[in-house]
Amino acid sequence: MTTLATNYLTPTGREEAWRFTPLKRLGGLHDGSAIVSDRHSLTLNSNPVNGVSFALLTAAEVNPISESDDVIVARIRDLAKEVSVLTISANTEVAEPILLKRAPGSLDSAEFSRVLIRVENHARATVIIENTGDTHLAEDLEISLAPGANLTLVSLQEWESKSIHAGRQHAVIDRDATFKSIVVTIGGSLVRLLPTVEFAAPGASCDLLGVYFATSGQFFEHRMFVDHKVPNAKSRVNYKGALAGDQAHTVWIGDVFIRAAAEGTDTYELNRNLLLSDGARADSVPNLEIETGEIVGAGHASTIGRFDDEQLFYLMSRGITLADARRLVVRGFFNEIVSEIGVDEIQNRLMDRIDAELAKAGA
Amino acid sequence: MSTLEIRGLKVSVDTENGAVEILKGVDLTIKSGETHAIMGPNGSGKSTLAYSIAGHPKYNITGGTVTLDGVDVLEMTVDERAKAGLFLAMQYPVEVPGVSVSNFLRTAATALRGEAPKLRTWVGEVKAAMEALSMDPSFAQRNVNEGFSGGEKKRHEIMQLELLKPKIAILDETDSGLDVDALRIVSEGVNRAKEGNNIGVVLITHYTRILRYIKPDFVHVFANGKIVEEGGPELADKLEANGYAEYVTA
Repeated sequence: MTTLATNYLTPTGREEAWRFTPLKRLGGLHDGSAIVSDRHSLTLNSNPVNGVSFALLTAAEVNPISESDDVIVARIRDLAKEVSVLTISANTEVAEPILLKRAPGSLDSAEFSRVLIRVENHARATVIIENTGDTHLAEDLEISLAPGANLTLVSLQEWESKSIHAGRQHAVIDRDATFKSIVVTIGGSLVRLLPTVEFAAPGASCDLLGVYFATSGQFFEHRMFVDHKVPNAKSRVNYKGALAGDQAHTVWIGDVFIRAAAEGTDTYELNRNLLLSDGARADSVPNLEIETGEIVGAGHASTIGRFDDEQLFYLMSRGITLADARRLVVRGFFNEIVSEIGVDEIQNRLMDRIDAELAKAGA
Repeated sequence: MSTLEIRGLKVSVDTENGAVEILKGVDLTIKSGETHAIMGPNGSGKSTLAYSIAGHPKYNITGGTVTLDGVDVLEMTVDERAKAGLFLAMQYPVEVPGVSVSNFLRTAATALRGEAPKLRTWVGEVKAAMEALSMDPSFAQRNVNEGFSGGEKKRHEIMQLELLKPKIAILDETDSGLDVDALRIVSEGVNRAKEGNNIGVVLITHYTRILRYIKPDFVHVFANGKIVEEGGPELADKLEANGYAEYVTA
């Protein structure tokens, strides 16, 4: 099912939003040529908790909470007949993380998936989404934080090597609500994520953290957008990436828009990249658009660097081999963000995977 | 009993204007239990000597030999030199973000001892070494050298000397940037490590004040890339009185 409108939107690769993405490797998610499956791979994988519900509702019952000009999101909204909805009821505080898992899918047909996470007034929770196995996935994940809500969302892309995942993770944050997102992308052939935020009322804050590690042939894109359209909101972005091996390519775009009404905005975004071998490419583009000068602060920094020889020398001068020294430095580089997940089992698993990727890349 | 033997060592560094020779033939022999002070003006090549022995890639060895108990050190990688028993306490220890002191020390000890130290005894070992240097226990959870004050960096270096137990230790301006109290604590640490493990110590310094706490057996004056005078502790007194003027103008 395609409409004239979505046909019209089909990107050519010359558009700003698509200029880095190898469109051919999307498997037709963007141009309507993908075979559409009716899979619903997302399942609740933790014990039921009072005040937390997970249900598959018809699309007619669940309107999108945000607009998007992304062509893949438009196609998902055309195609998805159901929406997976996770609701954390008002005033519920969930101590243990709520675990959502994507069951292994297929590379032969694509899933166009709508997901809504609703965190109601003054509810507090951590939600972890584990993405593993094979997939061909287009995902429109919306997150609504009601006044005073507090959500930590961890999204783990640990896909198998041929997987394709194009997703938008859009949070609408109401008054005095706090949103923290931790995105980890270490598996898949092509992963393109749009972690985006809009502040719906003053006093809200977001902390967008992420790590990615691309090895030979992998393309990982993280395209942030923080829309400061109301006064007195605070945003922090910190993404760290490493690349090793031929044709490894990562893209990080950090768009922050401070509209005229957004007085008192406080924003800072940071992206650091570690190039571990020749033949890899990291693109890093922070963009700050400011329509008012009445702000607390706005800044950004972006770096692309190699191993620091002095760090390696220091570690090796204590008997540590070159391979172990590199492993320590890479682990240390990622540790700042991975340790924010707060679940030892997951942190250890991710670090082991990073070690393994590093060893495989021979970097 | 170990012997580090440096013979005719020549070292250059690459600059925009081509290779520049820094060390112009250094001869020095250090044995276990001995303390050698290498003193000289800034820019004389003292630190180059230290980093060349440790194997820093910036320095090109153009002549001479360095052996530890007869084994060629210059053929070894940086980590092999440490495993052979060499230790360099650095003047400017490097920050390693995201790597805790505790993790770093255990990784180093595992590498040098050939097996991971038993957790229970290791925790006690680290705790004792930190207490001896008047370091707060929270230090172990901080990232290596990140946000350390000058004094904390030097204490951390000497704590490693105590834990890693090398055969020969080169201390590069360990006294610089220390106030009197810190200088005393760090010096006591060096003396303790030396006595406990019969370490041969090379103390590189610009000033004589650390020699009040760490007594040298031999003093070598370093100027213009080589050793220009040698003697016992009395040579340090002469330097204290006269400075380096006579060696620099020579």
